[in-house]
Amino acid sequence: MTTNTSQSSTPAAAGPEGGGVDLATEFLDRSTPLSRIRNLLHRYPALSPGIVLVVAVIVFGVISPRFFLANNLSLITQQVAVVGTLAIAQTLVILTAGIDLSVGAIMVLSSMVIAQTASQNHVPAALALVLGLLVGLAAGALNGVLVTRLKLPPFIVTLGTLNIFLALTLLYSNSASVIGQNIPALITSTGATFNVGGIGITYGVVAMLVLYIVMAFIMGKTAWGRHVYAVGDDKESARLAGIRVNRVLLSVYVAAGAILAIGAWIQIGRADAASPNAGNDLNLDSITAVVIGGTSLFGGRGTIWGSLLGALIVGVFRNGLALAGLDVLYQTLAVGVLIIVAVSLDQWIRKVRK
Amino acid sequence: MTLSEDTRPASTLPYTQPVLKATGLVKTYGRVVGLDGVDLELYQGEVLAVIGDNGAGKSTLIKCLTGAEIPDEGQLHLQGSPVHFKRPQDAKLYGIETVYQGLAVSPALDIASNLYLGRELRKPGILGSVFRMMDTKTMRSNSKQELDRLGISTLQDVTVAIENLSGGQRQAVAVARAAAFGSKVVVLDEPTAALGVRESNQVLELIRRLRDQGIPVILVSHNMPHVFDVADRIHIQRLGKRAAVITPQSHTMTEAVAIMTGAATA
Repeated sequence: MTTNTSQSSTPAAAGPEGGGVDLATEFLDRSTPLSRIRNLLHRYPALSPGIVLVVAVIVFGVISPRFFLANNLSLITQQVAVVGTLAIAQTLVILTAGIDLSVGAIMVLSSMVIAQTASQNHVPAALALVLGLLVGLAAGALNGVLVTRLKLPPFIVTLGTLNIFLALTLLYSNSASVIGQNIPALITSTGATFNVGGIGITYGVVAMLVLYIVMAFIMGKTAWGRHVYAVGDDKESARLAGIRVNRVLLSVYVAAGAILAIGAWIQIGRADAASPNAGNDLNLDSITAVVIGGTSLFGGRGTIWGSLLGALIVGVFRNGLALAGLDVLYQTLAVGVLIIVAVSLDQWIRKVRK
Repeated sequence: MTLSEDTRPASTLPYTQPVLKATGLVKTYGRVVGLDGVDLELYQGEVLAVIGDNGAGKSTLIKCLTGAEIPDEGQLHLQGSPVHFKRPQDAKLYGIETVYQGLAVSPALDIASNLYLGRELRKPGILGSVFRMMDTKTMRSNSKQELDRLGISTLQDVTVAIENLSGGQRQAVAVARAAAFGSKVVVLDEPTAALGVRESNQVLELIRRLRDQGIPVILVSHNMPHVFDVADRIHIQRLGKRAAVITPQSHTMTEAVAIMTGAATA
């Protein structure tokens, strides 16, 4: 990082003639230990949640011997699968400096469509999943159109659609759940487990991990991913660079809708049922995971993997505190503190920008 | 009134044809006349400064040249052929690159990403066509070459994020992006407005370097010393018209201001 600082950078010596375009690397020279840490965290946004996760795992492992039992680790992964998937969709939106309050509602609407068409309308399981995907895409597109065409703030748009999707879900399902027995096996297969080194892993967890790998690739290696970052970073600059900002924004919400539909599939397997009330906490939980994962609410900064770490941190804290015998209320308290700490850290890191 | 023929720099004489030529540009906003029949010629290898008081039609002129506004009347010719720009993208496609006021770069992205923003290269073969992978390595090495070519030697590490750079360095990146990859005309709108003395000098030096490499530059600026420092010819805009074209040799700064304000004619 500081390989090119060999040249002298005394400001006084570098007059107008002294070196022509004398773009001294003054920033790189100015390094106290604290600013070095800050620059490191700035460069690798997933670093701080990674450290927090490792420390949390060690601490909870020491506190409670049951923490490292295969069953418990399996449970944590399963608890994280749905919120982890929703966090991918949320990351995309937050990277564009938006926020999506409707992720849980879209996921539930999609899951009810999958479960009901398969169980009551006897639609083949694969087709039911496709219908669920279409619902997710349509819901995402609605958010995207409202954000890009009506130029409404994403917070307001998704606050509105959250209620709309919730109401649609309750109307469509008559507020009734569909139990697992009535749902074809293909749809509930995301809850089935296989063994890895004694730890039961569900196919839902695998699906989530595959989604993370695919989206991390897209965000890091494709022009579209870079454009998403650019739009979130500075919309006007992106526009002037020739990026079609509205098209990128719309595609982000549609992609989020598709990811949420996959989340719906994972959720049905995890719960072995489709319930119209399953998504109520997930709207905010997904934001929590993304924020703790080091993605900035101001957009343009963060990683997909950070959100997995964020989801795991919340999962590990909840689980670890429960194993330590603390009341559920303390889990909520701990998550609240984590959010504040994560956002404060983000603010501090962003001060690198002068 | 049109002195452009006489004042054309000697070095451009072999190029009898202007790179960019505007004739009779008219732009009105309702009853307000922004441009009232403006001509402009830009020759190969020159820095043409555009100056004028507020409301003289400077920015309207620039907007019409770069596709941000569509003129009501008048023609644009690029290297002799007529062109019509409906949006900034059209001008870009023809090789007219604009650096807008206020540092239009993406702070969180690195230098190479900014240079290639909106025109990323893909990897050859199936990785690029099917998996849409960007060719980050080539983009970085090309960016490095491009910066070296423009003489921005101190921006060694193209993987540094823009936000870690000083204002002058950011402006250098913005200018480099405009000048890179075969652009025909570079338009700079107040490139030194937000910069300190030292950083301004760096940017002026960069403008000279662009000119020396044959890229003609249109420089819009309020800063008379900067204009007289770097410009080959100066287009003075007044009340929606071209009042005069002068050179730093033919007129003094005071005379230029006099023409600008209508106290004198050229």
